[in-house]
Amino acid sequence: MSWSWPALAALAVGSYALKALGLVVLVDRQLPARVEELLGLLPAALFGALVVVSTFGDDQSLVLDARVAGLVAAGIAVWRKAGFVIVVLAAATTTALVRAAA
Amino acid sequence: MPKSRPTRPVGETPPGGGDLPRTLPRVPSPPQEVRRAAVTLGAAVGVFGVSFGVVATGAGLSVPMAGAMSLFVFTGATQFAAVGVIDSGGSALAALGSGLLLGARHIGYGLALRRKLLPSRRRRLLAAQLLIDESTAMAVAQDDRRDAEGAFWWAGLSVFIAWNIGTLVGALFGDALGDPETLGLDAVFPAAFLALLVPFLRRRDGRAATVAGAAIGLALVPFAPAGGPIIAAAAGALVGLVFARPQEEDVPPPPEEPA
Repeated sequence: MSWSWPALAALAVGSYALKALGLVVLVDRQLPARVEELLGLLPAALFGALVVVSTFGDDQSLVLDARVAGLVAAGIAVWRKAGFVIVVLAAATTTALVRAAA
Repeated sequence: MPKSRPTRPVGETPPGGGDLPRTLPRVPSPPQEVRRAAVTLGAAVGVFGVSFGVVATGAGLSVPMAGAMSLFVFTGATQFAAVGVIDSGGSALAALGSGLLLGARHIGYGLALRRKLLPSRRRRLLAAQLLIDESTAMAVAQDDRRDAEGAFWWAGLSVFIAWNIGTLVGALFGDALGDPETLGLDAVFPAAFLALLVPFLRRRDGRAATVAGAAIGLALVPFAPAGGPIIAAAAGALVGLVFARPQEEDVPPPPEEPA
């Protein structure tokens, strides 16, 4: 048996523990100002990586495909101060069009 | 909405939340632009939820199992990774390890949000289940603490509802919708996170952290297992710290050299 309800329960408990650790467990811990500053910058680093990995990553290789066109479109939309919905629509539409043309 | 609702402070909330009460009965409603963004994200995630339902049942999971996974694990990347391992004949332990490695980034999200969300502990126990990429990104993009709380819940619940309905639709009916990639929906996520990074990109330290994180992530893709590059990218925050403009008040004058 490769997968079972107990395995699923373990994955659920483990995932929740990872989520709750910073948000609930460590919440009252007083940390030095520099560490707080560092934690405030964590999302920038993580989301920076998420943007490029989900654009250029394909399993364990780096590829250039239609997603790049979508990210460029999103970049232009962000730069022109477009709203969030426009930014994601621009990315999706551009990527879909490039894929359809390929 | 209770009449005694405190008025939102103008501009930024002081660090530590100032005079906010310990518990609030309601989640504050975020600005309309935020609500709209949350619903948009939910819609895109819902389509991937359908994909997940299809992939999960294709890998041999029963419909209740696929549904329970989306309800209780509720992390797209972790779920896809675990199901991928199962589908390729890997052991339950391998699926667990791969899923949890991808989930490890949530430690960083939780730490980043611990001063950003309102302090109610009871609500945070529930909020933890909704702590995902989307809800974190929406919350950290807000200046005001009440807006951050509202944005977190709107994005978290919107994605939670859509992801779970999508999973059931995919598991029960298969992929009648076709491949979400045909619609370019996979490009929604990098675009969304780029848009939500804007407040960081306006600051020197935020820009440095973003660029460093992106560089680390990209460099590690060929070498690290899925999830590894993102976790390692957390080190980018250190680079950001180096570029932080030192503020006059918290930098003591350099000690004088003893004569």
